[in-house]
Amino acid sequence: MTTTNEVDHTPEERSGLAALVYDGKARSLFFQGVLAILIMVMIYLAVQNAAQNLADQGKEFGFGFFDRPSDIQILTTFGTWLVGYVPGESTIFDVLKLSVANTLILAIAGIFFATILGFLMGIMRLSSNFVVKGFATIYIEVMRNIPLLLQIFFWNAALRLIAPGPRDAGTFVPGLLQFNTKGIYGPFPITHDGFYLTMMAVIIAIGAVIAYGKYAKKVQEQTGKQSPVFLISVAILIGLPTLVFLITGRPLTIEWPNFVSEGPVLRRGFERGVGSYIAPEFMALFLALTTYTAAFIGEIVRAGIQAVPKGQSEASEALGLPGGLAMRKVILPQAFRVIIPPLTSQYLNLTKNSSLAAAIGYPELVAVFAGTILNQVGRAIEIVAVVIIVYLTISLLTSLFMNWFNNRVKLVER
Amino acid sequence: MTEKNIAYLRTSEAPTLPPPASEVGIRGWLWKNIFASMADYSSVSKTINSILMTILTVGSALFLYWIIAGLLDFTLFSATFSDPEGVKREACVVNAGACWPYVQAKWYQFMYGFYPAEEVWRVNVAMFLLAVGIAWLVFPMPRRGLVAALMLTAFPIVSFVLLNGMPIEHDGDLGKVFAGVWFPLIVAGVVGAGWFLARDGRLGEVAAAVAPILLMAAALFGLFAFLPLITAALDIALGTEVVETNQWGGLTITLVVAIAGIVASLPLGMLLALGRQSNAPILKYTSVIFIEVVRGIPLISVLFFASAMLPYFLEPGVDFNKLLRAMIGVMLFSAAYMAEVIRGGLQAMPKGQYEGGMSLGLSYWQQMRLIIMPQALTTVIPGIVNTFIGLFKDTTLVLIISIFDLLGMMNATLTDPTWATPTTAYTGYLVIALIYFVFCFGMSRYSVYMENKLHRGHR
Repeated sequence: MTTTNEVDHTPEERSGLAALVYDGKARSLFFQGVLAILIMVMIYLAVQNAAQNLADQGKEFGFGFFDRPSDIQILTTFGTWLVGYVPGESTIFDVLKLSVANTLILAIAGIFFATILGFLMGIMRLSSNFVVKGFATIYIEVMRNIPLLLQIFFWNAALRLIAPGPRDAGTFVPGLLQFNTKGIYGPFPITHDGFYLTMMAVIIAIGAVIAYGKYAKKVQEQTGKQSPVFLISVAILIGLPTLVFLITGRPLTIEWPNFVSEGPVLRRGFERGVGSYIAPEFMALFLALTTYTAAFIGEIVRAGIQAVPKGQSEASEALGLPGGLAMRKVILPQAFRVIIPPLTSQYLNLTKNSSLAAAIGYPELVAVFAGTILNQVGRAIEIVAVVIIVYLTISLLTSLFMNWFNNRVKLVER
Repeated sequence: MTEKNIAYLRTSEAPTLPPPASEVGIRGWLWKNIFASMADYSSVSKTINSILMTILTVGSALFLYWIIAGLLDFTLFSATFSDPEGVKREACVVNAGACWPYVQAKWYQFMYGFYPAEEVWRVNVAMFLLAVGIAWLVFPMPRRGLVAALMLTAFPIVSFVLLNGMPIEHDGDLGKVFAGVWFPLIVAGVVGAGWFLARDGRLGEVAAAVAPILLMAAALFGLFAFLPLITAALDIALGTEVVETNQWGGLTITLVVAIAGIVASLPLGMLLALGRQSNAPILKYTSVIFIEVVRGIPLISVLFFASAMLPYFLEPGVDFNKLLRAMIGVMLFSAAYMAEVIRGGLQAMPKGQYEGGMSLGLSYWQQMRLIIMPQALTTVIPGIVNTFIGLFKDTTLVLIISIFDLLGMMNATLTDPTWATPTTAYTGYLVIALIYFVFCFGMSRYSVYMENKLHRGHR
């Protein structure tokens, strides 16, 4: 090509292959095709290699090992109680179930308390009171700048330091909750025949309260009359189940933890399997996850409240709403719109961070399933895949729920 | 109205009284900032509010006092400061406070792990270069662009040679990655061809269009190809010996993993974010699936994947260095989070910016490089720094696949029976927490400073 062509080439002059090269769609298709081929080649190679490696080790791909009995000892937790785990009899699938249950109970407890503590810290950080504000600021800055794993180690060691030894007992609430380095012991309800009627009464009472709330709101919207919704709801919620419980002949006994203080020294301490029990590892994780995530939630809440224009709080003051009511009815509902998306990702973070339990041996999904079971049966591909699928499912469900909630509180615009 | 009826008429201006004592000075400050919120009993709800505030204030103050007094007592008043007789645990066990001789004795391990003591100058030189580079970029200094480019290209190579030593002669470990000495010849050919084609569009427009791709590919291969040459030259100059990565440890590993993650996650995250914004479906959904899957699973499972599952997908006999695997896991993990942060910035760009770029006749990459990315990245600086802080804290997780980072190293020293006292663990936790706090808090303060500086024009 000559230099004159170089100077004044315009898209019209291009033809044939050159036009194709400069065509946006063709280019995009070409690069996508390259990408697709690359991905397929990678997947093909990975599958080939995996098949080769498995064949070399004399293994087969498959989930048949789930039916094998598992003889590992697992710390008594919510999950083992729910599944009824017995070493040697329960299968590996039971271990999966109990580890997922342990992850979920940790995540739910953590999310619940982290939300409360986080909102408290976020609101405290905006207080005009220097002491309160200073406390919240120090709390948030310290907690979120120290790795969670370090905090878990700290709580795990600190709880064992402050608790009395395994042959002694301390108490939080005299007569109700007792603890030592082996864990926290409390009463455990044992149900008898007919208790399901009480449970049904609880469900009916909840339904009745919701229906009554809607009715009361409708009455208020139409006539302006306010009903004592709170008092009546509490009365229904407590009254109905209690009545059914008494009529059916109190089908519930409470089992108290049994503290053995006599006999051979090694048998002293709390008797295993009597009463309810919380492992110290659970408490360490729970405290670390809650306090750590609460710091992040506090920052989110602060930012959300600050995002509400100042005119809103001034207007509610002009209407004569006292501080608490203005916060509840005017500021927070608007702040919620800003708060919810990042709050969702904090909830998901907490759930994923619960996998750090692997470091201190609380039997949740990663620790017991991707750890102990993986070492025992050596099915790396299947086990890691199952773990990933479980976490993705939890993430997806949480996101769906929070999106639904977000759509409910979202500002409806034109 | 006549003047007679007026009983008193001021004829001169009254002197300005000083403000009431409750408004100024220490008393005023205390009243305004502490007691005012607890002293309003004019109505029922305000009374409840005041009582709650009183409880909160007293509770916070007591809690703070308890923590600060406890910390002072632990670190100073009942601590053990020296161990002149070298009796180790006996020196500390008598006091209820911190065991500082333990920290002194283990400080080397906290910093360098099991790095051989005679070679430790190499780590120090690498860290010094890092500190100088970061300080140069953080404070307003001349030629920051050049320094940034050096930090992203030359520094990793230099510090790799410094930390690991000569890779070519060495058979195993990281050496394999860089072992292709025959590579430069091929690459020189590719570079030459690309350069020839690109010059004046010598073989027509098609070649001119293909040439940039060739040059890019050549540059990428060239990086790998010339690395052995560069590292060899460095090695001859420095005369280093190989220190296997399993001897690295402590803060060194923490910084290596964190900086690798930080350096890799930004460009990878940018590409993923652009991919997610793209109109091309295959590109878009590849990015979306990668981002969402990685964000949906915990880092531990990514590390387990890298350590337990990855070997199955590689060719039989191929094995990676464990540290490198963990680093790749951390990089991919943080890239997914970075992509979402950057996507937020891209979405915040007004459409006019894209259209303005198009109307100037800029190509897609020119638009991104010159118009969109600089603005998008500026708006999301807090998010980017938060991701960096998260990444820095998450490097502690490598201890679960038994790589001894700062926290892992400290945990490992706790098993040393010669220092086993009831307070050793807490002393260690406190020191490590302080180190992490300094790094993370420093980063977050710097992000606040940058934010204020860059947003000045908008206020």
